Amino acid sequence: MNDDAASRVAVSDAAAGLLARLRRQHGDLMFHQSGGCCDGSSPMCYPDGDFLLGDADVHLGDLRLVDGPPDEPGATGEEFTVPVWMSRAQFEYWRHTHLTIDVVPGRGAGFSVEAPEGVRFLIRSRLLTDAETATLG
Amino acid sequence: MTVYAAPGQPGAIAEYRTRYDHWIGGEYVPPASGQYFENPSPVTGHTFTEVARGNAEDIERALDAAHGAASAWGRTSVTERANILNKIADRMEANLEKIAVAETWENGKPVRETLAADIPLAIDHFRYFAGAIRAQEGSISEIDEDTVAYHFHEPLGVVGQIIPWNFPILMATWKLAPALAAGNAVVLKPAEQTPASILFLMDIIGDLLPPGVVNVVNGFGVEAGKPLASSPRIRKIAFTGETTTGRLIMQYASQNIIPVTLELGGKSPNIFFSDVASARDDFYDKALEGFTMFALNQGEVCTCPSRALIQSDIYDQFLGDALERTRAVKQGNPLDTDTMIGAQASNDQLEKILSYIDIGKAEGAKVLTGGHRAELGGDLADGYYVTPTVFEGKNSMRIFQEEIFGPVVSVTDFADFDDAMKIANDTLYGLGAGVWSRQGETAYRAGRTIEAGRVWTNCYHAYPAAAAFGGYKGSGVGRENHKMMLDHYQQTKNLLVSYSGQKLGFF
Repeated sequence: MNDDAASRVAVSDAAAGLLARLRRQHGDLMFHQSGGCCDGSSPMCYPDGDFLLGDADVHLGDLRLVDGPPDEPGATGEEFTVPVWMSRAQFEYWRHTHLTIDVVPGRGAGFSVEAPEGVRFLIRSRLLTDAETATLG
Repeated sequence: MTVYAAPGQPGAIAEYRTRYDHWIGGEYVPPASGQYFENPSPVTGHTFTEVARGNAEDIERALDAAHGAASAWGRTSVTERANILNKIADRMEANLEKIAVAETWENGKPVRETLAADIPLAIDHFRYFAGAIRAQEGSISEIDEDTVAYHFHEPLGVVGQIIPWNFPILMATWKLAPALAAGNAVVLKPAEQTPASILFLMDIIGDLLPPGVVNVVNGFGVEAGKPLASSPRIRKIAFTGETTTGRLIMQYASQNIIPVTLELGGKSPNIFFSDVASARDDFYDKALEGFTMFALNQGEVCTCPSRALIQSDIYDQFLGDALERTRAVKQGNPLDTDTMIGAQASNDQLEKILSYIDIGKAEGAKVLTGGHRAELGGDLADGYYVTPTVFEGKNSMRIFQEEIFGPVVSVTDFADFDDAMKIANDTLYGLGAGVWSRQGETAYRAGRTIEAGRVWTNCYHAYPAAAAFGGYKGSGVGRENHKMMLDHYQQTKNLLVSYSGQKLGFF
């Protein structure tokens, strides 16, 4: 797990690898954490800019990734970031938790770009530690 | 007790095709890409059919068919359209058992629910809108002695509909019946988790509709749903799903200046006032059943009563009885008519529920019963089963605030009426709620104070046609399940007519 001490978001190794592959297909990517019905509570991954952000959203952080490993066919070794967003109203209920974006076998959700791969991004959560809360506010 | 044979097994009453193409222009059309995706049954986790993987080209083809059909369909008499809807209902009724088994196999829900609820409700829904469109009238306003404003209802034309997987046939019907009654042609994108049961239905009813009036394109959201939702060739988009996709769909709709209806879920409070426990009678028994409704459809309902609020003075006793009722829920083969809770609809759904159980525990909520995957063994070993789970905690916890969409209820207590209302409304959503009280005044005041579109009062999880259904707050826009839904699928045409022979005298 790539999990910085004072961040709200992190990404599992499996999800990081998938993001690198998806970025080669779709260009730069973004996440917006959903809420509500059916496929809600899922992190939605879009080509960066597809989902219009505004004052109603909070930037939780950036996933800092590398398009690797170098021995993987097509890997460029390039560093890239994937911003993670959530609606401000939802953030008020989620702000005490740390989120790790993972991936599991599954079937789609909304217009998230990983669905055709037969996998689904999934949020794993833990409570922020007191130290993290003090740093993040 | 009956155990239905699974589709594909000897003695099965419902058989799926081994492959489904798109349903476009009244016939099956192979996908432009030539690609198909596997469709597993959540009952066993194993694939039972494959389904066309649609893309923008397939959506265009479906839109061509819909536009070809829309004009003639929109001009048919309401009698003709109502008759067709009634024939669809009759055909479904004659095949009810078969459709119920097919839907259970694809979705994982218990067959007793598809037999008694999903399919009968869908049948009734077609009949309701057949009646509603016959009875609908335009209006006239007499502006003055010589001037009259006539108001006609006209269909929008071609509309897009994106269907969720939790009630694949009923949710499609909630959208199809009013759209068709109002004279629209439809391009429908089922959920990728349940792409086949609507086509199973089209095999039964498809010949009753003129070609092109209903078109079904399957595929993944990003490949097929997005080109449909963002198409400048639709006059309206209807979606049931979650908030981020709901926003994205509104964003596309704003680019094309078309209306949307959205149903985006909830975190429905189910409130039990003290007087519920003033006697151990039928009403008390009914309230316990009302609590246990969180397990209906494996909790995969937008209005799942996933927060139970129990008044402090009856908390221990009522919760004790409710836990006993929950532990009596029979989990097993969804095709067994005795089964009360079946399989979650997909593996990722299962994983998400388990991740919520983890965060619930991490936040300090207490598992009172359940809290794990159910291992059923045998043919069901690879299916996606979760035991009915009751958490005790506080309303600020994530499990009280986010829709888990599983058989998980989070329970807390409240001191008095005001406290109950405060907790009930402390949520981003406002789709459903339940209120249980023997006192009409308490129940009425609570129902009016709760910010939700549907407040079940001394009942829960009833979905009759003619009771408007839709959300306050983050739960969406529009109302389904009621004749007012016709307005969401119609334009208003005003003819402003002068019968005067005299000029105004301005020019």
